[in-house]
Amino acid sequence: MSGAAGPAVEQPASFEFEPEVWAQAEKIIARYPEGRQQSAVMPLLDLAQRQHGWLPQAAIRCVAEKLGMPYIRAYEVATFYTMYNLAPVGKYHLQLCRTTPCWLRGADELRRAIKDRTGLSHAGVSDDGQFSLVEVECLGACCNAPMIQINDDFYEDLDYESCTTLLDRLAKDDVPAPGPVNGRRFSEPAEGRKTLLDRVEGTS
Amino acid sequence: MLQDKDRIFTNLYGDQPWNLADARKRGIWDNTKALLDMGPDNIIGQIKESGLRGRGGAGFPTGLKWSFMPKESDGRPSYLVVNADESEPGTCKDREIMRNDPHRLLEGCLVAGFSMKASAAFIYIRGEFVMEARVLQAAIEEAYEAGLIGKNACGSGYDYDIVLHRGAGAYICGEETALIESLEGKKGQPRLKPPFPAAVGLYGCPSTVNNVESIAVAPEILRRGAAWFAGLGRPNNTGTKLFCVSGHVNTPCNVEEEMGIPLKELIERHCGGVRGGWDNLLAIIPGGSSVPMIPKSICDEVLMDFDSLKEVQSGLGTAAVIVMDKSTDIVEAIANLAHFYMHESCGQCTPCREGTGWMYRVLTRMVRGQATVGEIDQLHEVTKQVEGHTICALGDAAAWPIQGLIRHFRPEMERRILEYRKQAA
Repeated sequence: MSGAAGPAVEQPASFEFEPEVWAQAEKIIARYPEGRQQSAVMPLLDLAQRQHGWLPQAAIRCVAEKLGMPYIRAYEVATFYTMYNLAPVGKYHLQLCRTTPCWLRGADELRRAIKDRTGLSHAGVSDDGQFSLVEVECLGACCNAPMIQINDDFYEDLDYESCTTLLDRLAKDDVPAPGPVNGRRFSEPAEGRKTLLDRVEGTS
Repeated sequence: MLQDKDRIFTNLYGDQPWNLADARKRGIWDNTKALLDMGPDNIIGQIKESGLRGRGGAGFPTGLKWSFMPKESDGRPSYLVVNADESEPGTCKDREIMRNDPHRLLEGCLVAGFSMKASAAFIYIRGEFVMEARVLQAAIEEAYEAGLIGKNACGSGYDYDIVLHRGAGAYICGEETALIESLEGKKGQPRLKPPFPAAVGLYGCPSTVNNVESIAVAPEILRRGAAWFAGLGRPNNTGTKLFCVSGHVNTPCNVEEEMGIPLKELIERHCGGVRGGWDNLLAIIPGGSSVPMIPKSICDEVLMDFDSLKEVQSGLGTAAVIVMDKSTDIVEAIANLAHFYMHESCGQCTPCREGTGWMYRVLTRMVRGQATVGEIDQLHEVTKQVEGHTICALGDAAAWPIQGLIRHFRPEMERRILEYRKQAA
């Protein structure tokens, strides 16, 4: 439960889906059975957030109206789930995983690297708007710990140095390829792999 | 060690592309119609005979679960719901299935859905898995285009849809009825049971909720036969399993192994051993954050399956093995998990909503030793007050890691308290 009440941020007066975004929304709504269009509330809030950069109240209201549901029901959803940003975030939104598997492998070091590089501690938006930070619970990449999610992408197998390098690059809008930063393939053992050895040959 | 020929997840590490053409080379979607021609009862019978138990944590027999679905429709459609809300700390196996072998899951959706006479599958994937959702959606579109799903799926005369639904960040949606609520476009708060989903589930229709891995292994079991799967592992704990090993090992990884592999062998063979050697091991959480930890003395011998871990008052859970060496502040490790449960409690039941916060705050003091010895007993009592007194199992999951800590590391907790006293005096 995010428990976030409506934060005191300046809210835009209105929100409308751009035509091409709304076309996507209609495709999504059509996936659910007749009369069950409320199921599309989460994907539509996500689309609204992607269009606007964050999720203002006007967008929640717009989604509720489009789906024929009361505003409060859509607002409940928007405030229950952690991925809806009810206040503006930075251009690069850092989600630092703090839960035990990442913590055991140095999440505190990443927290330190983020603070040293961006000045952000635990949460907030940097003055230049380039970075924002939130500490989150387990992101489900525990064999590649510690890791950070940046916007849509996971950056994994980080340490203080590689995290700093990553932030340096992002500061210059040079976005590295996501995944393990040490060249490891997904979640295979970094060395000494003992399984599926004949498969490597078929690599595309 | 499990032989490569007995592996189901042959593209676990993404050595090959995930797409349909390459998936077919791995044997997926190979004459799936023949599997469907076995008929629903036969499919469920085979899955029962294979001994497959749910891979999402509870270990409920999968075939039996499928058999609870109505044989005749009362006019309502039936649904298969796939739980891809992988959020249990330590667990990262379903992610590999979805991004490296999505067609294995989709074929499983068709076969499982067919056996329970479902008209559609809804796959609920956690919102943070954006890339995985893109791959899975693209795979679904490939499967529709190839006629594998949709109208007359695989030429079987059976119509079947698969819908991907993205979550938006809430651990609780891994609980099956919270997941259903969320799919319906609501807050993810668990429902009271009964009625169970097989009677009243998604949109009020009969539904079965299964973990990704349970569904993904089904077609391979049918192809190779129940006896093959049942021949792996031990009785009542059969087959292969994806293990996610994280924490203080030299090479953390996901690996598919035989059920019942000794924990020590799993770590030494596939993960380069414990950092600093086996003797540097302090404790292991063997099945995701919700199961109680076991100290080294138990880790030396224990086998990784449902019954063996239950015998030592822990559990296989999702088979997410979190390894902690002697450098670990064990109280802080559990306090960290207590924070997790506090954050993820949906707030519906008072014992969980209030209890998780209370337990976290006490544990945070106990990290420093700023407590009384009596408070350890009080903490234990509170875990017992939360456990079993909530609508869903999140309350239990919050209580068990703390009970495990007290069971095995009470002397360390007391030592800190006495130390703190001494310093304060």
